[in-house]
Amino acid sequence: MEAYINGYSSISPQNSFTEEMFLQEPRDYNGVRFLKCVEPQYTGLLDPMAARRMSRIIKMGVTAAMRCLKNAGLEKPGAIITGTGMGCVEDTGRFLSSIYENEEKLLNPTPFIQSTHNTVAATIALMLKCNGYNSTYGHRGFSFETALLDALMLLAEGEADEILAGALDELTPDLFTITDRLGFWKKEPVNNLRLGEYKTHGSIAGEGVAFLALSRNKTEKSVAAITSVRTLFNPEGFDEVEELLKNQAKPNLVILGINGDNEGDRLYQKLRSGIFSNIPALYYKHLCGEYDTSTAFATTLAARIIKDQHVPEIMKTDDHHYGTINNILIYNHLRNRDHSSIVVSSC
Amino acid sequence: MSGKVYITGTGIISSTGQNCKEVLDSLLSSRSGIGNLTLIDSVHKDEIPVAEVKASNELLKQLAGVPHRETWSRTSLLGLIAVREALASSGFTDSPGIRKGIISATTVGGMDRTERFYKHFRKNNCHGRLRDVITHDMGDSTEKIAGACGIKDIVTTISTACSSSANSILLGSRLISSGILDMVVAGGADSLTLFTLNGFNSLMILDKRGCKPFDDDRNGLTLGEGAGYLVLESEQSVERSGRKALAVVSGYGNACDAFHQTASSPDGDGAFLSMKKALTRAQLDPSEINYINAHGTGTRNNDLSEGRAIERLFASSVPPFSSTKAYTGHTLGAAGGIEAVFSVMAITEKCIWPSLHFSRPMNELKFVPEGNLIRNANVRNVLSNSFGFGGNNTSLIFTGI
Repeated sequence: MEAYINGYSSISPQNSFTEEMFLQEPRDYNGVRFLKCVEPQYTGLLDPMAARRMSRIIKMGVTAAMRCLKNAGLEKPGAIITGTGMGCVEDTGRFLSSIYENEEKLLNPTPFIQSTHNTVAATIALMLKCNGYNSTYGHRGFSFETALLDALMLLAEGEADEILAGALDELTPDLFTITDRLGFWKKEPVNNLRLGEYKTHGSIAGEGVAFLALSRNKTEKSVAAITSVRTLFNPEGFDEVEELLKNQAKPNLVILGINGDNEGDRLYQKLRSGIFSNIPALYYKHLCGEYDTSTAFATTLAARIIKDQHVPEIMKTDDHHYGTINNILIYNHLRNRDHSSIVVSSC
Repeated sequence: MSGKVYITGTGIISSTGQNCKEVLDSLLSSRSGIGNLTLIDSVHKDEIPVAEVKASNELLKQLAGVPHRETWSRTSLLGLIAVREALASSGFTDSPGIRKGIISATTVGGMDRTERFYKHFRKNNCHGRLRDVITHDMGDSTEKIAGACGIKDIVTTISTACSSSANSILLGSRLISSGILDMVVAGGADSLTLFTLNGFNSLMILDKRGCKPFDDDRNGLTLGEGAGYLVLESEQSVERSGRKALAVVSGYGNACDAFHQTASSPDGDGAFLSMKKALTRAQLDPSEINYINAHGTGTRNNDLSEGRAIERLFASSVPPFSSTKAYTGHTLGAAGGIEAVFSVMAITEKCIWPSLHFSRPMNELKFVPEGNLIRNANVRNVLSNSFGFGGNNTSLIFTGI
């Protein structure tokens, strides 16, 4: 199973939506504990009437999806699949709060309607009048991965020739407060671009939206291909993780989910001195922060690296000679429970 | 590769019973699970009926075999009870190299516990017990169940509103059919929460008399809770174990209505497409469907739109059909799973389940749902519909062995 990537787009804490050069001039946030997306000016991108009712994640999701289709030269995909770890958090919070504030009476239904995880996939379908297959995964560190797996299967089954697949997660003040109390984040403010150096507990919070236009057919738009997606839940030992990463095309480089958490990053170190030794390793969470679907952003970066045959300085963790890049393996784990690998290859 | 998808086990818990046997008893005796709201403190508890699983979380923990001290959301407990029953009834025995998965669906996840947390958190964001909020996300319930059952290879959660668990059976079937997995548990679970009760109430689509699907006098749905799962296995897996399968998943179709965020299109375009896709996949003619377990929520909009789509597809020969939501209420993310179990039971018990609370035919439709239980029916192919907000429509077809 494989899928050609004919276009992609992301909205992230970097200028990834607007600036072609965003990796050469990365955003440097100093003294922060979370990273928020650099949102585009929506004027001209979204119908102002429709945008008024949309929460931030819907606006970002729809905008990145439409740009992705435009980049791929695609009017209407045959299927739309999204993944989101936490869903539409802002609207969920708004409706929950209104229940208590108004003592369950005369509630505005809009935030309830827009609180469901499938809101963005459904909104895109509605805007495009797309009657094709439509689904949404909401599963922590597997949300994007299973959306991709579903897409690869659909292409193989012939259910669709072109699929819009993406992932979205938003960070709200309440979500940050709660996850901070849960101990997910570094207590000390950091510089994001030096995230890998801190060796303390926790990461920095992040968010983002990324979409891919996947195709059964290679066209002049094709920049790379997804050739493998694998997941592993709750491994009992290191050998299970190694097993997940074996028996696929040998990568020319790996993109690791290093997030600055001293404990979680140990696993990446172990792989680098094991099966990934002598393979250049890149990282990306200093650019976008930690969130459930960050691998979607990583996948757009991998596609970009293959397209440009250039490794951005800012993603490097070591000094290596980079030859032709045919296969990039993205390996990530979310709190050592949800482990995944995605292989992006040249086409 | 395109192998057959065998159903070897079923598990269910709903307001009509806490296992397959009890639920079947209720189906056969036309006993609805709709009644008063007793387990959630809401200002609506005397005016809006619901279909509750009459068991406290403590009791559910005992049924699920979960230690008293552990914090589980109600959704996870309902899910684990049904998954354990499905696995036990399938007789599935693990062996090395077998690839296993669980595809679960939910729309509220751990919202029941989040509500407890939020009551304190909203007043002071240092307050609220963290163990009440770590079960919030959809993935939590699936991971809890996967952990308890030792499933690792593919573990994921689908959340497409009210079609969620039909989509998990659809994905599970494709994973078996394509040879990616040998065995998969697929279905969904949802508990009643203040969030959904008030959500649907704010949309003014809760019938205060209890739902009356496909009745001219219908005025909305009734919320329910529960879980329903199937164990799906590949042909090789069934051959290896030598067990007899209950039925097969022969068809599935997913289409988007793309009409409105909450309302269905007047002619049921998405519903028509998902049913048509399922028939094509099953290589069946509409005339070969013996029973339709409709989505039939009891809202003015759904039943008309779904009815029109059925009429378009089946023309003048609509097979016996009913909605079982007057038994179980609308269990949202669990509905597709629960109704899949009902569809399998229709095949194995040779029965057509009645649409309870039906009395007046809808003016707009030429056909009426079955109002009474039909026994000794020839039920070989059952079509089951699940439609959700966002126009996420999914149809499944189950076929007898």
